[in-house]
Amino acid sequence: MRMPKDAGDALDDEPVPATIEELQPLYRQMLAIRRMEEASAKAYSQGKIGGFLHLIIGQEAVCVGATAALRPDDYVVATYRDHGHAYAKGMTARSMLAELYGKKTGLVKGLGGSMHFFSREHNFLGGHGIVGGHVPIAAGAAFASKYRGDGRVTLCFFGEGASTIGGFAEGLALAGLWKLPVVLICENNQYSMGTPMYRSLAVEDVSMRALAHGMARDRFDGDDVLKVKQRIAIAVERARETNEPTLVEVVTYRFRGHSMSDPGLYRTKEEVEEWKRRDPLGRARSLLVELGAAEADLHALEDDVKAEIADAVGFAESSPVADEYLPYVIKE
Amino acid sequence: MPTMNIIEAVRDALRIEMRRDQRVVVLGEDVGKFGGVFRATSGLYDEFGADRVIDTPLAEAGIIGTAIGMALYGMRPVPEIQFGDFIFPAFDQIVNELAKFRYRSGGQYPCPVVIRTPVGGGIRGGHYHSQSPEALFIHTPGLKVVAPSNPYDAKGLLLACMRQNDPVLFMEPKRIYRASRGEVPEGEYTLEIGKAAVVREGTHCTLLAYSGMVSIAEEAAKKGEAEGVSIEVVDLRTLMPYDIDTILASVKKTGRCVVVHEAPRTCGFGAELIAAIQERAMDHLEAPILRVTGFDTPFPYTLEHEYLPNADRVLGTVRQTLEW
Ligand SMILES: Cc1ncc(C[n+]2csc(CCOP(=O)(O)OP(=O)(O)O)c2C)c(N)n1
Repeated sequence: MRMPKDAGDALDDEPVPATIEELQPLYRQMLAIRRMEEASAKAYSQGKIGGFLHLIIGQEAVCVGATAALRPDDYVVATYRDHGHAYAKGMTARSMLAELYGKKTGLVKGLGGSMHFFSREHNFLGGHGIVGGHVPIAAGAAFASKYRGDGRVTLCFFGEGASTIGGFAEGLALAGLWKLPVVLICENNQYSMGTPMYRSLAVEDVSMRALAHGMARDRFDGDDVLKVKQRIAIAVERARETNEPTLVEVVTYRFRGHSMSDPGLYRTKEEVEEWKRRDPLGRARSLLVELGAAEADLHALEDDVKAEIADAVGFAESSPVADEYLPYVIKE
Repeated sequence: MPTMNIIEAVRDALRIEMRRDQRVVVLGEDVGKFGGVFRATSGLYDEFGADRVIDTPLAEAGIIGTAIGMALYGMRPVPEIQFGDFIFPAFDQIVNELAKFRYRSGGQYPCPVVIRTPVGGGIRGGHYHSQSPEALFIHTPGLKVVAPSNPYDAKGLLLACMRQNDPVLFMEPKRIYRASRGEVPEGEYTLEIGKAAVVREGTHCTLLAYSGMVSIAEEAAKKGEAEGVSIEVVDLRTLMPYDIDTILASVKKTGRCVVVHEAPRTCGFGAELIAAIQERAMDHLEAPILRVTGFDTPFPYTLEHEYLPNADRVLGTVRQTLEW
């Protein structure tokens, strides 16, 4: 017999107050991320990008909304699905695409590729390929900012699949015990590779884990970029003012396979189509129109994004290939 | 005889053993319905069901830990770690628990867990989809480490591993998972664990290789032949316990030796092999034993082709020993 589960709070999907001024720049960021990822998918299928490429298409509202709640000097720690987070944190499409191409002009000099972005300039602490291993690292960064009293907050992103590995549990335990200024954001996109959530979690509400660690929690629909921004802002303020961590679960969906090599056969077309109706980009755009944004302005914005990404692709293609890696191992 | 690639050979071995022995179960991330990221367990879920082909959450320490518990109770779990690079969250379970069970229980609890994992580079996978961690496990007393280079060996060795009582790390060469194809007998056969194979005879120099590097060594030997250099290639097949007799017989015959592996050089398995050979065959050596290995760096994304030993690097190093 399966025990009745505490389903947590019903998922909040009420709309939040919106203005064009607040929404439009976020829409632009989401669109740029999507176009950049489409461009990288194309380059990947042409063999110009190697290895593994995990796209965030469908989830753009989470990284964009959450990062919009930060100050520029706050920290972000992300997973291998890191392109959107990096762009939202201020890295350029040029530097990111160049990294995917393995070029010297990339974010980490072409040494890491898709999963391993870093930028000291933007306080972006990776790009992590080992699932869950980065959660204690985020707690450590938050410890350091509390120690220094610099008032910064660390955002840590991970998927619901990460919530079953030790690194996650340990990071959570320490953040709760030591009251660290960190916001732990579970981007629940329903699948851990090919495994749906109901086959990997006994309780399908990751935010409930906060209870065991005396930590605040929140859980809501992640396809509304303004809601993400406003709700994460509450957690960020809590961290900044009181050093209280928060575990936030944002419910979303990835439209593509786990990585480029995954055709996603474990889910039905109907399911994917159903979720696509909640596309955060489509949603943001129609809301902008509803709020009175002029079509001409939106077109101009969209053309601008197109040009930005085309320029970034050109930059990546014409940049020199990475040609050194020995100098970055250890240095006395 | 049917031909198979390494993936198919592994799957065939698993299927044969699961049909034969109810105690055998497979567990790991996406090994069931999905059939494994490399498809090694594809079809097993349909044949044996969810109780024996177990999809786990993302939890490597949990996967190995529960496999240990099952084995202590009399089952024969064959966990899959999706990539060798993800074995480290389970390192404690493997090194401190699995490897020591037989010893610390005074022989009462042998622990027959066979951990399968793909290793090595060559697929542009970058830092975390390319590593070759064998040395860390060879260095752990209590574990066997097996590293086949072709479908025939993969099937025969995997079957042998599932029929003995010690924990095994079974490393599969992902780069040639599909590229390496050969004749594989239908049905059962086992190969002895701890036995190397001389895959090419020669008289001037011995190449010791394993896993994905055997085909590179063979390619170097072919190139060498064209230039009048006669190279013997030994495929170690089992790294722990390694087959010192076959190694010594070859090195004594040729008087020269080069070890090839993908893993970083310092404290790599090559260092152990060289030490073991010179302790026993110093008088037979005409030149120092050299190594062709990956570099002492994290595994690179971009410069993978430079990092990985290739036939020219291997042959160049063989020539160095000849010109000594
Ligand atoms: C320790 C570890 N185990 C396994 C993997 C392979 N892997 C990469 S992503 C992934 C699924 C993760 O799912 P989730 O955390 O929900 O994030 P999502 O990919 O959905 O964004 C797996 C199994 C890994 N990278 N690290």
